[in-house]
Amino acid sequence: MSKYTEDDLREELKTKEYEYGFYTDIKSDTFPIGLNEDVVRAISKRKEEPEWMTEWRLEAFRVWQEMVEPEWANVHYQKPDFQAISYYSAPNSKPKYDSLDEVDPELLETFKKLGISIDEQKKLANVAMDVVVDSVSVATTFKKTLGEKGIIFMSISEAIKEHPELVRKHLGTVVPQKDNFYAALNSAVFSDGSFCYIPKGVRCPMELSTYFRINQAGTGQFERTLVIADEGSYVSYLEGCTAPSRDENQLHAAVVELIALDDAEIKYSTVQNWYPGNSEGKGGVFNFVTKRGLCEKNAKISWTQVETGSAVTWKYPSCVLKGDNSVGEFYSIAVTNNFQQADTGTKMIHLGKNTKSTIISKGISAGKSQNSYRGLVQISSRADNARNFSQCDSLLMGNECGAHTFPYIEAKNKSAIIEHEATTSKIGEDQIFYCNQRGIDTEKAIALIVNGFSKEVLNKLPMEFAVEAQKLLEISLEGSVG
Amino acid sequence: MELKDKLVSSFMAFEDRIDIDSPVHDIRSEAIKAFETKGFPSKKDEAWKYTSLNSILKHDYSVFPKQENALDYQDVKKYFIHDIDTYKIVFIDGKYSSYLSQTTHEGIDVCLMSSALNKPKYRLIIENYFNKIATKDSVTSLNTAFSQEGAYIHIPKNKLVAKPIQIIHFATGNESALMLQPRNLIVVDENSHVQIIERHQSLTNNPVLTNSVTEIHANKRAIVDYYKIQNDNENASLIDSTFINQKRESHASVHTFSFGGKLTRNNLNFYQNGERIDSTLKGVTIIGNKQHVDHNTLVHHIEPNCESHQDYKGIFGDSSTGVFNGKVLVNKEAQKTNAFQANNNILVSDKASINTKPQLEIFADDVKCSHGCTIGQLDESAMFYMRSRGIPEKEAKALLMFAFSNNVLSSVKIPEIKQRITKIIAHKLGVNIGFDL
Repeated sequence: MSKYTEDDLREELKTKEYEYGFYTDIKSDTFPIGLNEDVVRAISKRKEEPEWMTEWRLEAFRVWQEMVEPEWANVHYQKPDFQAISYYSAPNSKPKYDSLDEVDPELLETFKKLGISIDEQKKLANVAMDVVVDSVSVATTFKKTLGEKGIIFMSISEAIKEHPELVRKHLGTVVPQKDNFYAALNSAVFSDGSFCYIPKGVRCPMELSTYFRINQAGTGQFERTLVIADEGSYVSYLEGCTAPSRDENQLHAAVVELIALDDAEIKYSTVQNWYPGNSEGKGGVFNFVTKRGLCEKNAKISWTQVETGSAVTWKYPSCVLKGDNSVGEFYSIAVTNNFQQADTGTKMIHLGKNTKSTIISKGISAGKSQNSYRGLVQISSRADNARNFSQCDSLLMGNECGAHTFPYIEAKNKSAIIEHEATTSKIGEDQIFYCNQRGIDTEKAIALIVNGFSKEVLNKLPMEFAVEAQKLLEISLEGSVG
Repeated sequence: MELKDKLVSSFMAFEDRIDIDSPVHDIRSEAIKAFETKGFPSKKDEAWKYTSLNSILKHDYSVFPKQENALDYQDVKKYFIHDIDTYKIVFIDGKYSSYLSQTTHEGIDVCLMSSALNKPKYRLIIENYFNKIATKDSVTSLNTAFSQEGAYIHIPKNKLVAKPIQIIHFATGNESALMLQPRNLIVVDENSHVQIIERHQSLTNNPVLTNSVTEIHANKRAIVDYYKIQNDNENASLIDSTFINQKRESHASVHTFSFGGKLTRNNLNFYQNGERIDSTLKGVTIIGNKQHVDHNTLVHHIEPNCESHQDYKGIFGDSSTGVFNGKVLVNKEAQKTNAFQANNNILVSDKASINTKPQLEIFADDVKCSHGCTIGQLDESAMFYMRSRGIPEKEAKALLMFAFSNNVLSSVKIPEIKQRITKIIAHKLGVNIGFDL
């Protein structure tokens, strides 16, 4: 990957509008709007799912009907009308492809604009892609290489058909159907997503990655991801998001479940760049995501996220440290600009002995945005020698934005050691002066300082993502400093 | 009858014995309505997430004590800071005890809320300051509705009050269960300085619930030092709400020492209405058994160039529970704010628990705000160091715990209070050593 320089950045900053805001006209097979039991059944039927899956969805739907939308988050928005959304949309021309040539050329063009050249990815980046466009997987590459190792990496609807025993055993064990309002909704209507299983003792040789896009106008996107790392295995999973410009609000309610069995390790990285709405705060994606991982003995789950998009973000990737000696990590950068609102953070639930967790959260707010960190560190009475370190730093740009920290710490064990610290500051005038003095102009100086501020988290991202993330950070903050 | 209903119906009885034509009465009537609508807070309220009042609300408290009680000074001397000369405002079962008190009207007013509410000469102050900063939440409204007795302190301009003022509430146990609702108003005018010590003490094993509200106004360049000593017996509970309104260049500090009581809830709210204000909130909590102490603080930075310092230390043994819920709110006009918040806790027992939630809500960009929060144990190597030099385990532990809380003690400006607290800590930790070695 070529080196990204400051000059490239300046070029990029000139394109003010959301650069990925285009719309591909793929003939879609879309359900009429509205949600009821029949729609849930129809989704299930369309996906040719077995009976138990249909029942599972219906159960979730019934629970969801009883629930009310949560209001505790520090965000304000016009609540979506759940009866005004179409719950299923799939690209139409859908024979199974063996090679890329057979794929709808318009779709390939979309990928090209996104900068995801599948061919290039294949050859250079060594990344296998499970590309989700509007909920249905259309291209899965490197399946063979993975297959040789016994790794299962496919869309979740395929997995339901091909590996029902694995899906049935694990689906909903980390995030139960009735976990929360959006998780229940997702469980009822999820259209597709990724499924990944790493067998015992296998180290996945490449970064697994999925690109999500919201493509069809007015279609809610409900992905379901399930990653299972069997004993002693390792996997690094990347997820990146871009979405086209739209004026109406789009809803994204995904559920991600990670299961790390004994001695396994899962590294889950996200770059989220959904359409944040224009500079007047109109439009933008609502991102209500439930992500949770379960660690068995000696297992490790590491969440890394770069959140730059969405009008409203509501996301708390969590770790349940059930097994002894398990480790949970959370590294996050959340950038908000204009009228964006983010309420994000993590939960570390220490249940096992000698469990460790680390939380590094960096929030950058600019424009008129609101950025909140909300976290929970819970040490149960049986979690001897639990250890937690949390650090939440906020950077404010301009005096119309806000930074908020809501950490909850609950300790019930005397041997726990917990440290939490948070700071809020702005970019110091002296720092900028120092740069100016050395011939670095203010805009570049700020990019430099923001990069330094976020370094700890950026370093945790896989190479391919780190560069992209750095770019995103700067694009998101463009025009916010004057 | 539920306590809430009982309180609402007692309000009518209360109206019979007070002047219902005074302007304050409108405030009271409105407050009881607010309480009637809201009721007592439950765990569903975010601010009360970790503190349940259920266990203390079940008693059948008498709201108005039937008879006046007297106490012999010798019996209660130990609850006073008696080795220095002080003004004293003493209440026994909610009634003023002139015998134990020492009030004044010479240059300053150190007297009773009841007389301030009734006498015309205090009217202006009451109109300007009474119930101006107390919030409208349920327990505070309840106190406002029944506000009648408490301390009234007014320090006019340019006065340095020579002696500290002690406010002490005793409960004697003549009632099977007693609820007290003292209401204090403290107004400190320009350039004046005052030190106040507050204590609630139950002398009985009968349950006592105190719902106290204190409003403090620190005007321009005033200095207010407030010390709360909470070492009550374990059948007494306290909900203490303090509201402090600061004007420019004033300094206010509140030190809270929580060692006793069954359930203690401290609501401490600072409002900085002016520039270059300094606010200090410090506390030491050392509890055991099934005690519960909840510190709920708010520092609201409204104008630029102000500072706030918060430092809360807690040591929790047995099955005790500690809660710290600290909030720093910085308005967007409050540029150049420096706000610091620290909360350090030690869990000594496996059954003890601590819930802490240090919050920052910041809307201004040119600020320095930080908070730190730790939960840990005593340092093993420090323990070993002392034990290898012949200091028994218990004493070594006590020394470490004392050192842990010393940051807070070191900023206490009255040496006698420091000594007293040191003694209480030694007693609490069950050791017989003076820490001022």
